[in-house]
Amino acid sequence: MSLLWLRFALGCYFVGLVYAFVALTRTSETFGRIALHAASMGMVFHFVSLTEIFLSGQIVWASVHNSESLLAFLSMAFFMVIYAIYQTTSPGVVVFPVVFFLTFVAAFGEQPVLLTQFVSNKGWLIAHIILIFTGYAALVLSFGASLLYLIQEGRLKAKKPTSLIGFLPALEVIDQIGYRSLLLGFPFMTLGLLTGSVVAVTTYGKVDFLDPKILLSVLMWVVYMVMVFTRWNSGWRGRRAAFLATFAFAAALAAWAANYFSAIHRFGA
Amino acid sequence: MRYQLIGLNHKSAPLEVRERLAIPESRLPDTCRQLTAYPGIEEGMVISTCNRVEIVTHTVNGHADLRGFLHDHFELDASTLDSHLYEFREKDAVRHIFRVASSLDSMVVGEAQILGQVKEAYATARAVGAVRGQLDQLFSRAFAVAKRVRSETAVGSSSVSIASVAVELAKKIFGNLHGKNVFIVGAGKMSELAARHLMAHGCGSIFVANRTYERAIGLAQKFDGQAIKFEDLYATCDRADIVITSTGAPHAIFRREHGEQFLSRRKNRPMFFIDIAVPRDVSPEMAKLDGIFAYDIDDLQQAVTSHVADRRKEAERAEAIIAGEVEKFEARQSTLDVVPTIVSLQDHLETIRQAEIDRVRGRMGQLTPEQEIAVEALTRGIINKVMHTPITTLKSAARESEATTVVDVVKRLFNLQVKPKDLPAEPDSKKDEVGTRH
Repeated sequence: MSLLWLRFALGCYFVGLVYAFVALTRTSETFGRIALHAASMGMVFHFVSLTEIFLSGQIVWASVHNSESLLAFLSMAFFMVIYAIYQTTSPGVVVFPVVFFLTFVAAFGEQPVLLTQFVSNKGWLIAHIILIFTGYAALVLSFGASLLYLIQEGRLKAKKPTSLIGFLPALEVIDQIGYRSLLLGFPFMTLGLLTGSVVAVTTYGKVDFLDPKILLSVLMWVVYMVMVFTRWNSGWRGRRAAFLATFAFAAALAAWAANYFSAIHRFGA
Repeated sequence: MRYQLIGLNHKSAPLEVRERLAIPESRLPDTCRQLTAYPGIEEGMVISTCNRVEIVTHTVNGHADLRGFLHDHFELDASTLDSHLYEFREKDAVRHIFRVASSLDSMVVGEAQILGQVKEAYATARAVGAVRGQLDQLFSRAFAVAKRVRSETAVGSSSVSIASVAVELAKKIFGNLHGKNVFIVGAGKMSELAARHLMAHGCGSIFVANRTYERAIGLAQKFDGQAIKFEDLYATCDRADIVITSTGAPHAIFRREHGEQFLSRRKNRPMFFIDIAVPRDVSPEMAKLDGIFAYDIDDLQQAVTSHVADRRKEAERAEAIIAGEVEKFEARQSTLDVVPTIVSLQDHLETIRQAEIDRVRGRMGQLTPEQEIAVEALTRGIINKVMHTPITTLKSAARESEATTVVDVVKRLFNLQVKPKDLPAEPDSKKDEVGTRH
């Protein structure tokens, strides 16, 4: 059943995906509103789907498709929070495709399960997953914001008067969205990694710190920290910030991909 | 649909003529009263702005002498006035009103003021009872159409003056302008205007620097701002988010190294330079820096030009919306015209039906409730079947503007007395009244 609900959600997110492509070429407030409604409806279906999984009581949170589904849901939730504050759907240009992709894979992809059968402390595991995914979702959003910043900055610099009416919010608003997501995501990511370490240590006793998963996660965390620091200390914006955000995003993807070859944190059959 | 309109606007008449016809606000109610008292006019309304004077009426027969009213009212002879006047009837009058309310007939297409002015004129005329059913319908629709045009096209969304473009750009960079500081470098008329616009949109403090310190003080006082000595310009400039610069310096006064300095002191928060000086005050090298957004006079002018073009393009879409709305309005109005006839036809047949039932009731004796229902259903059924074609024909005739003929035929066939709506009781006596006054 939960898959069915997820597919309904996917249908709704598809509207958002179309919006993302349309919004890049032309402005349409009506379509923005439609996409927003579709996304909210998608979130309802999505929530039902997640609740069913949770109530089913199987510890399958750590399966790929459920975790992707959770990540998509959290990203969408972030998007909605930003909409509530700034009244803009433009981060959807980046968030919608990411969410659609994640939900699509979750609803139709193969479903390997993480090797969690040895994990003794399920509470820590769930905390780890939720914390780290909130961190990921914030990262997705701040990555999206930094791309939008680049686009808007480019437009203003190019002095193309016609495109000034475009759909993007003001440069400073985009900047705030990115920075706030970053600030909010950082503690989640940090705590997520800490709980992860706790789970790893209690499960394996001694942990190999040269494991690719751990190395890449630490790398991602360091980039994240550098981003927060440069922004806080010298106000890095625009190109430099976008470069860092891309790097952090790539590191996050790499850390995710490490699930396929890590010894301690991997997908099994 | 006996709407009739006469007027002149910025296209048809020069300012001297418009001035003579402009009606001050205080006299509008009186003018409306006089208008409705004029022969052949049922309802009337006057729109008077600096760009137009329009007399909008609903008339008794569609041929009221509106020119005569204007000649009388303004005591002008035909030769000075007539060549500047335009007149529209029925559908054309409806279209004209829709276009005026939607700001397509304005000097600056898409400006937002006109809708407010039309609304005021409407309220004034309504208050004195000069606007009732017919004009009420027309203007309610016109306001809805204007709203539709505004929300579905971008005809009013782009700025068309240098100062407003500057504000729009500042908003694209900073979003909300509240609390943003403005620095005026080189006191001049244009920078003062731009600053005024920015302040009106919520900007916070203002700084002024000028080669002649006294002039800086003078301008700063106007804005309740702070005058800065020109030597201190580079040390203080980073406090401002928006810099309006228009010095007469022969070389750029803001160079790359200044920009870098400002940005590092501001922790890279962006700065917006509005450079209206010729030659430019901001060097192109500095404008390239990340976080510096510099627009010179040509950039701003180009934005204005392209916005004007945008509006023209959007106006075409707006015209299409209006054309559709005029058709819809006309169709609805014509249907409304035949409604009284349909109602009285129904009443007429219902009276016959009741009379016939009463007549034969005595002969039928006591009926059971079921039989009562059956008789009702039978007679009603016959009436409805018979009525179906005439009513459909009336409605479709209304849409094809042959309503009057068909309505007459139906009235004569069934000997109907249709009560006229809102017609003045004795138009002739009014004529005398007006005649004696002038």
